[in-house]
Amino acid sequence: MYRYTLGDKTFTFKNLAELMARATPARSGDRLAGVIARSAEERVVAQMCLAEVPLKQFLNEVLVPYEKDEVTRLIIDTHDAEAFAPISHLTVGDFRNWLLSDEATTEVLSEVRAGITPEMAAAVSKIMRNQDLILVAKKCRVLTAFRNQIGLPGHMSTRLQPNHPTDDVNGIAASMLDGLLYGNGDAVIGINPATDNVAQAIKLMKLMDDVIQSYQIPTQSCVLTHVTNTIECIEQGAPVDLVFQSIGGTEGTNSSFGFNLNTLAEAQQAAHSLNRGTLGNNVMYFETGQGSSLSANAHHSLDQQTCEARAYAVARHFDPLLVNTVVGFIGPEYLFDGKEIIRAGLEDHFCGKLLGVPMGCDVCYTNHAEADQNDMDNLLTLLGVAGCHFVMGIPGSDDIMLNYQTTSFHDALYARRVLGLKPSPQFAEWLEKMQIMKNAGQAILADSMPDAFRHSLAAPSRKSGGH
Amino acid sequence: MKKPAFITENPWQQLRSFTDARIGLGRAGVSLPTEQLLAFQLSHAQARDAVHFPLDLDAFEGVFVDAGFDAPIRLHSQAEDRMTYLQRPDLGRLLNEDSAERLRQCFDSPAPSFDLALVIVDGLSSTAVARNTLPFITALCEQLDSSKYDWTLAPLAVVEQGRVAIGDEVGELLNASIVLVLVGERPGLSSPDSLGLYMTWGPRKGLSDAMRNCISNVRPAGLKPEDAARKAFYLLDESRQRKLSGVKLKDRSQDDVLEHDSTSRSFLIRPLEDKSEKQ
Repeated sequence: MYRYTLGDKTFTFKNLAELMARATPARSGDRLAGVIARSAEERVVAQMCLAEVPLKQFLNEVLVPYEKDEVTRLIIDTHDAEAFAPISHLTVGDFRNWLLSDEATTEVLSEVRAGITPEMAAAVSKIMRNQDLILVAKKCRVLTAFRNQIGLPGHMSTRLQPNHPTDDVNGIAASMLDGLLYGNGDAVIGINPATDNVAQAIKLMKLMDDVIQSYQIPTQSCVLTHVTNTIECIEQGAPVDLVFQSIGGTEGTNSSFGFNLNTLAEAQQAAHSLNRGTLGNNVMYFETGQGSSLSANAHHSLDQQTCEARAYAVARHFDPLLVNTVVGFIGPEYLFDGKEIIRAGLEDHFCGKLLGVPMGCDVCYTNHAEADQNDMDNLLTLLGVAGCHFVMGIPGSDDIMLNYQTTSFHDALYARRVLGLKPSPQFAEWLEKMQIMKNAGQAILADSMPDAFRHSLAAPSRKSGGH
Repeated sequence: MKKPAFITENPWQQLRSFTDARIGLGRAGVSLPTEQLLAFQLSHAQARDAVHFPLDLDAFEGVFVDAGFDAPIRLHSQAEDRMTYLQRPDLGRLLNEDSAERLRQCFDSPAPSFDLALVIVDGLSSTAVARNTLPFITALCEQLDSSKYDWTLAPLAVVEQGRVAIGDEVGELLNASIVLVLVGERPGLSSPDSLGLYMTWGPRKGLSDAMRNCISNVRPAGLKPEDAARKAFYLLDESRQRKLSGVKLKDRSQDDVLEHDSTSRSFLIRPLEDKSEKQ
């Protein structure tokens, strides 16, 4: 039981999970789950109460029972007491002060990382303002590599997402070419397949591998199919660069997605055996998003942001190249409007980075959410300042397969220009060599069709009727 | 008309013949040209209107009556308005008390049983419902008429502020063996009028998605209503024969496998490089 007295009123919270939920900035998913603070006053009182909780308490009072949940077991069993030592005496409130202080340098933050649990990260984020989330995230450094390096300071990468509603090979290739010629695609070229089976996945893997090999592009490909499908693709000899899976922060969420931690370990091992990375061996690509546990009815009465932070414990265990919070995709019953989406995006990015996860963000919204392009501009800019590893790149912001809006090729160039951010160095070199982009920092594109791609326009078009 | 020099057009616009994606948009500096910016805003505005405009029930009824149907029974979910609907999916799955009572009062007891109930639900796009339900139902009725079975149809029902699962409750109260829900889908930027079809055998309150079969993207520029009717009829016929729906039925139907070439080779790969291709 947690208690807080304010004047002549005493507020009580029955356990740490309830205290965390009540302290969470308002959002529709927590209202739907019935765990939200019942008044604005109660929310701030919960935050005051949470600020007094010692970080050690999170090791004693687990939010989801150890016996019932393998994610809790992973968090507790892999907790590094030595790394935790320098911050073990802090309360949540002083953890915020410490994170913002000049003591917490990039190096120090890397050293304590393994001592921070997702619940500690979630708790402190609840009492941080947006600028705090940005400032601390910017201090965190997480570097990963496969065929290029991702996460270097001053860089921002993009996932080229050339989805097509019927997986048409030339339709996908057209979006790929558009993206490459706009300097996008250094995080990954990643397709969400319209038809989700092994044969289709292999076809799309070959399509992307052919392009990557032919043009010697220092990037990697991924088909976002179920992890068990990708394992089968590897068995059948398909050219798998990255293994994809959507993950959540409770065992129940993950079993609703049809996998467990062993499945991920098996997949990681299978991908490692192919040895396709040239600069590094980070072979996993995970996607997450607040609300997935509630949607799977596996949230154990936790707030959705705490569940989300727990997913990063799953992610960091498998050394991913990329982790992407698909923040606005789930819809307004979880994140109602631009304000809630922006807050969630910054929280996710902060928690991920603090825990050592290579965070990117699908800055996005659906047409039934109270959000628009201006909200996306705001979040993209804020995340660019915060040092977000990557965002999506899609033609004209319009995903014609998944029916939602995310950042465009143009948007990434905007962010690079106003914030002086560069693509991954190996990719930037390739862009220059291919005459696509001069001076990657200034994002100056070539005016004409680069020579190496000129031949592709000679191909006959197949689909009739035009745009 | 010649574009001013400060707009850079993309020489690969012809690739739009391969895809509806917004490729080759050109740029002003690195930003979207005004024309493309406003085209996007218009699409978004239309999608927003599809979500927020209520279905005009009088006009909707008129169209059906003119086509020779009885006026649909009007029903409403427990979500009172659109804002509640968007934040409380649970309420959109349940009929309000008035509506449930109206259905119970529909027939003298014992109530007749029907082979099929068609339940129209506004969902997330009133535009989809207004444009595409009549053409689909007309085409489906032609299929049903030519069936080897005699299909008895329950009275048409239309539900406001509803989600897919509400069809199960309506179908149950109408005493129907199969319910087919026609619902406005979450509108895409380029497809504000997309209708979804969900079929359940033995509808009753509380069934899960695993019990349903879905046909998506029914609209003139997507899966045409006539083609959707053929697919729906196939599912209905199978469901009636096998007395089931959902995952078990889907396993036998190869309907949703997309037709495609087996090749993974795109126009981006030069034919000359064939020999270097790895397996």
